[in-house]
Amino acid sequence: MAKTLFEKIWNEHVVVEEPGRPAVLYVDLHLIHEVTSPQAFSGLRARGLKVRRPDKTVATMDHSTPTLPKALQVIDDQARAQLSQLEKNCAEFGIRLFALGNDKNGIVHVVGPERGFTQPGMTIVCGDSHTSTHGAFGSLAFGIGTSEVEHVLASQCLLQSKPKTMEVRIDGTLSPLVTAKDIILAVIAKIGTGGGTGYVIEYTGSAIRALDMEARMTVCNMSIEAGARAGLIAPDEKTFEYVKGREFAPKGAAWDAAVERWKQLPTDAGASYDTLVTLDANQIEPMITYGTHPGMAVPVTQALPAAADFSAGSERQAFEKAMTYMGLEGGRSLVGQKVDVVFVGSCTNGRISDLRLAAAVLKGRHVAAGVRALIVPGSQEVKRQAEAEGLDRIFTDAGAEWREAGCSMCIAMNGDQLSPGQYAVSTSNRNFEGRQGKGGRTFLASPATAMASAIMGKVTDVRTLSAV
Amino acid sequence: MASFTKITSHAVVITSENIDTDQIIPARFLKVIDKDGLGKSLFCDWRYNADGTDKADFPLNFPASQGAQILLAGDNFGCGSSREHAPWALVGWGFRVVISTSFADIFKGNSLKNGLLPVVVSQEVYQKLLAAQKADPKAQITVDLSQKLLTLPDGSSTSFPVDSFAQHCLLNGIDQLGYILGFDDKIKAYETAHSYAS
Repeated sequence: MAKTLFEKIWNEHVVVEEPGRPAVLYVDLHLIHEVTSPQAFSGLRARGLKVRRPDKTVATMDHSTPTLPKALQVIDDQARAQLSQLEKNCAEFGIRLFALGNDKNGIVHVVGPERGFTQPGMTIVCGDSHTSTHGAFGSLAFGIGTSEVEHVLASQCLLQSKPKTMEVRIDGTLSPLVTAKDIILAVIAKIGTGGGTGYVIEYTGSAIRALDMEARMTVCNMSIEAGARAGLIAPDEKTFEYVKGREFAPKGAAWDAAVERWKQLPTDAGASYDTLVTLDANQIEPMITYGTHPGMAVPVTQALPAAADFSAGSERQAFEKAMTYMGLEGGRSLVGQKVDVVFVGSCTNGRISDLRLAAAVLKGRHVAAGVRALIVPGSQEVKRQAEAEGLDRIFTDAGAEWREAGCSMCIAMNGDQLSPGQYAVSTSNRNFEGRQGKGGRTFLASPATAMASAIMGKVTDVRTLSAV
Repeated sequence: MASFTKITSHAVVITSENIDTDQIIPARFLKVIDKDGLGKSLFCDWRYNADGTDKADFPLNFPASQGAQILLAGDNFGCGSSREHAPWALVGWGFRVVISTSFADIFKGNSLKNGLLPVVVSQEVYQKLLAAQKADPKAQITVDLSQKLLTLPDGSSTSFPVDSFAQHCLLNGIDQLGYILGFDDKIKAYETAHSYAS
């Protein structure tokens, strides 16, 4: 019977499924970081258990690590204790760790793919909702809670009920300066922040096939912002090309065998999904969020909704609450809205292609007076590559700050954060109240839109900057 | 994990939709290495003034809310970050049940592993509960897990869906890791059969 990509991976990984019980699903790769793992290790110790497959477990430090160059001063004793606990846990249980200061350190969802841990057909989990990023390789990758981190450490398995499948088909061609970030913001705006709940999304269509691997990661990364369990894209030659030769990718005959297996993964002709959503890439414009969840997004030049557009009730109440928090009026576009901070980075848009795009927009220009622009590479590897290409000089010459790798201002628990009331255009993934610092107000957008806004000191349609 | 059978309590009501886990417990409280003491930071940025005093208009601070074990909240509760600190904070405050018209997947799974029962109700039942609580902030709601039955303050009842395995685990205080480890031989066999993946 014709199967979808998701069904093939799912079926391959079911260890056992008793009637009326969730499936016991085998996990090929378990990524861990300092914030969501300490209680899981404590649980293991309390039961006298070991890590079943340390060889399938990889740790990094990213959430609470500082990004100020050189000093690398950890924000406080509590964060320091959490980092040192991860170090202790990894040493005791024999887990590979890319610690702060290691030249392979970085954000967990940047490190996994760039080191070649992330491969097609795998099941990948991490105590982090943006694990959906790895779905870009045609792997089933999703975020789990700390109890489940403990389950996977102890058993290399998880209990999972089979989700439904949603095809998000995007055909057509993106216009210049419209990016993967704009695609996914358009998808979330269309289906809503809970529209994917209970589903695994597979992104298909010519516009998706045309994306490079890093752009595909950006799309899959934000699947969770639509509530989806995971987001996948079928592997193809671009996928194999990206993985080939990376440190932990298969080599030699094992590589050839792996590629043969991976080629069987794409959804069969005639396989069906539980639901279908379509978008036309030709119609997608640079997107920006205006509210307090990622579904509150519009084309940057479009007027925001007004309260009168909503029927009285919970939707209008939610809109008004968001606008009050954001200090915005509906009915006009965000273009021209004053900006205090611009943040380029995160597991959504902190890869080399994102920095290249940001640098291309910024080159020969300057960050506006009074605007703070933070450029935070997703990993030390990305940082080295950017410096080899001279991107760091473009940023610093233009008045932006060039930082060490980490989650930085996306999570605001490491010293990088907004002050109350500040407006930021951010390439990260969440515009929730206080997400980038208590009282901070976030507009999510692509690296191109973010950089254009930094140059002008206000929200800007990047297409109106000349000769980019 | 404490077993869960039947809870009768009044409810705290927070009607906002899409309450994300960053609101339930902001990221700056995630630097802990244990699960304890998070209740005081629950809804921190909605709950306290800048000087640390209680915001009188936030439902958690209403005198009538004290001692409540049920939270009644708007649609798509618990979206966003996978942090299990969210249910830890809710349980730490004293909640055992959250009632909403829908929950985010990861939050729901995390809650069930911490003795916190997410109860999905229809919009109609949600509105009835809101009205009852508005009329009497101490109106009693009963959630009976073994019967999967929610009894409203007016005495009417409605069933709610719970995954049968989660129900079994919660009722009996069984933790899921024990269940998984019971399949050790099957996991070994899987690993042998899929040795290319190791």
